[in-house]
Amino acid sequence: MRSTARLAALVGIVALSLVGCGSSPTGSAGQPGSTATGEITVFAAASLTESFTRLGADFEAANPGARVKFNFAGSSALAQQLNQGAPADVFAAAAPANMKQVADAATPTTFARNRLQIAVPKGNPGKVTGLADFGKPDRKIALCAEQVPCGAAAKKVFGIAGITAAPDTLEQDVKAVLTKVKLGEVDAALVYRTDVRAAGDQVEGIAFPEADQAVNDYPIAALAKAPNAAGARAFVDFVLSAKGREVLTAAGFDSP
Amino acid sequence: MTLRADLRVTRDSGFSLAFDLTVEPGEVVALLGPNGAGKTTALRALAGLLPLTEGHIRLDDDPWDLAPSVFRPAERRPIGVVFQDYLLFGHLSALDNVAFGLRARGATRAVARAEAARWLERVGLADHAHVRPRRLSGGQAQRVALARALVTGPELLLLDEPLAALDASTRTRVRAELGRHLRDYQGRTLLVTHDPLDAMILADRLVILEDGHVVQEGTPAEIARRPRTEYVANLVGLNLYRGTARGTVVDLDGGGRLAIAAPATGAVHVAFPPAAVSLHPAEPAGSPRNTWPVTVVDIEQHAHITRIRLDGTPPVLADITTASVAELGLEPGGTLWAALKATETHTYST
Amino acid sequence: MIRTPESRRGRPAHGRRPVVLVLPAVLGIAFLIVPLAGLLIRAPWDTLPSRLFSAEVGAALRLSLVCASLATVICLLLGIPLAWLLARGDLPGRGLLRALVTVPLVLPPVVGGVALLLVLGRRGLIGQHLDAWFGISLPFTTAGVVVAEAFVAMPFLVISVEGALRAADPRYEEAAATLGASRWLTFRRVTLPSIMPGVVAGSVLCWARALGEFGATITFAGNFPGTTTTMPLAVYLALETDPEAAIVLSIVLLLVAVLVLAGLRDRWISGPS
Repeated sequence: MRSTARLAALVGIVALSLVGCGSSPTGSAGQPGSTATGEITVFAAASLTESFTRLGADFEAANPGARVKFNFAGSSALAQQLNQGAPADVFAAAAPANMKQVADAATPTTFARNRLQIAVPKGNPGKVTGLADFGKPDRKIALCAEQVPCGAAAKKVFGIAGITAAPDTLEQDVKAVLTKVKLGEVDAALVYRTDVRAAGDQVEGIAFPEADQAVNDYPIAALAKAPNAAGARAFVDFVLSAKGREVLTAAGFDSP
Repeated sequence: MTLRADLRVTRDSGFSLAFDLTVEPGEVVALLGPNGAGKTTALRALAGLLPLTEGHIRLDDDPWDLAPSVFRPAERRPIGVVFQDYLLFGHLSALDNVAFGLRARGATRAVARAEAARWLERVGLADHAHVRPRRLSGGQAQRVALARALVTGPELLLLDEPLAALDASTRTRVRAELGRHLRDYQGRTLLVTHDPLDAMILADRLVILEDGHVVQEGTPAEIARRPRTEYVANLVGLNLYRGTARGTVVDLDGGGRLAIAAPATGAVHVAFPPAAVSLHPAEPAGSPRNTWPVTVVDIEQHAHITRIRLDGTPPVLADITTASVAELGLEPGGTLWAALKATETHTYST
Repeated sequence: MIRTPESRRGRPAHGRRPVVLVLPAVLGIAFLIVPLAGLLIRAPWDTLPSRLFSAEVGAALRLSLVCASLATVICLLLGIPLAWLLARGDLPGRGLLRALVTVPLVLPPVVGGVALLLVLGRRGLIGQHLDAWFGISLPFTTAGVVVAEAFVAMPFLVISVEGALRAADPRYEEAAATLGASRWLTFRRVTLPSIMPGVVAGSVLCWARALGEFGATITFAGNFPGTTTTMPLAVYLALETDPEAAIVLSIVLLLVAVLVLAGLRDRWISGPS
């Protein structure tokens, strides 16, 4: 009957599209510089959102036939997902501790360094001047949760400065903190310098001396069980190359 | 302090109600009529559940409804209503149900309950004070509903088919009790019913509604003696016809011809009780001046007699003994001859 | 007559439990229960006692219970009148109003949180005035949690109560009016008791939904232990560093929810027969 045939066709289409979604065909690549192909899945810390998106576009331009897919989130969340078996080719974390959590990572390389900066909403309505304001209870403060690299760095910085911070919220990743600043919900927050830069004129940054003493090393590694091993290596090499470093420095990262 | 009402209600369905009503203190007026006549509409308008389209309702000088400007809703009228389904509040005991009206008017719980207990005593349900309505029998629920309506001492008591939900045997007993309470009650009562027996027994005055208008009004005795429409005649158990008389013969408006006893001319009503009709298997000979063929439509069993509804020219109601039913082998659709003596007829001009 | 165990038990009538219904029903039960069983099986039973009574679990649980209950109270105070308006109010555009009321049901909770921020945040449409005139700021406060939870849970209550009101017989309210009861008294002493099963069922759904709320809470109220870290937030956070702690928190939440829901007598929800 016609309705049965139609149903079978529908089921077939759905099945095919699902198969299409799941597959990540391995590509071919040789030495650094040669074209990589196929889909490359990159798990990257939230603070790498803008810079890695740019790097991904540049990589695709240099390697037609390659497609880079990103998953940006807090480094600890990404580490958990990888340990639970999420399929990925590359992992770029905001701190070595999170990279260590992932059993699967091949030898990681530090590709950038990031330092913290105070972020305040445009116009600095809270009249924040420095780190000392973070200890004042009448200020609305947002920080990253300790498990996240920027939160660990913040803790270190407060320890060095001898300040007991009085945050009002501990967010899951640095972008969530930044959002609170952009919306004007908080008077100040500690985010990365790169985040302040990426936010443009929505957010103002205030540097502070202790930031130099709690700089995060960002490691990157191709994963041992990567579905697209060649593509993974190619992307990692690209990030570490001069071109990659150019993009990262422009975003505000320190060189490794 | 008379209740005067000029009730005019027009509904979206096209139905319209228009009649005057007065009720004196201590009077029981029964509002009778077939289904759809407008009885419930009239009751709801008097209760303040429905505004009048035109007209007024006044208790002496106190206006309850002056369409279209003044409308006092039910909660501000000094009324008590007994609904057809009683509508006792299921989550309250019988005592609290009766006390509800007093509590709503600001009485404290203790005072309200004491008064409610007195009323439950009066209707003979003192030992059912703490029973929930769903555990009460029909007759008991009706008495609680009556107590609940009367406890606030209303000026107007409205009863909507108060006995309709009861079975035949309970109805007789409850009707008698209701009659006693109504006689004790000093206020005005309007009783809406379709049961003529209720009206005849309980009411001082009958108002008969058909299609939103009054067709007859008067004491039970007056109405029974001179019914003016077929409905009323059926109500009081009479055959009634309209026709034109030429001497001792009346040409009936609905078809057929009847011979009457005393000569008359012009438009007349002809009436005779169903008991005056005899039924025969074949065309009878003998004295009856009126004989015509009929077909059995319906057979209704009463206590000692059986009422047969017959189709013919004219259609007629006949009361015969149960024995005769068997003898004649009566059944719906069966054909017979009806016979009626002219002397049994009663003629009066329209 | 010989009394065998079977005859005393009584056999169900033929076809009372048809296989065609029983089998999917069993699958349905398994679908719902097996993941919960998985939680219990994978629980760190050896460290469970010490974790159970830690300060963070206690704080998160207390906060969750208090906020869910407060949110339910708010939903009752606002939701019952709203349900009355929808059921009896005779408004034009009632259908549209009802659709708007159910929007939080289909809105992703995070979107709800964002919407709340835009209106009640420090620079929100209303929030900025609340802050300037009264110094009231809802984000990052326990009150903010209650607001977020009430926002997502209110539709459950409104729909349940509206349904009950529609089913209620308006003639009883007429009877109360003829006895002299004002509309408010009628509502309190006649209507409300008659719809109580619907109110209870709606409150239960509302409370359960509020208890489990995550997206709107974390977006609008933020996350801070003791103030805004409810159980669902605590579970999410723990999952990243200490999955075993997350399991413990999940089990606690599950137990509390099951106890409360099981403790509700069937009678209160379905009403007197």
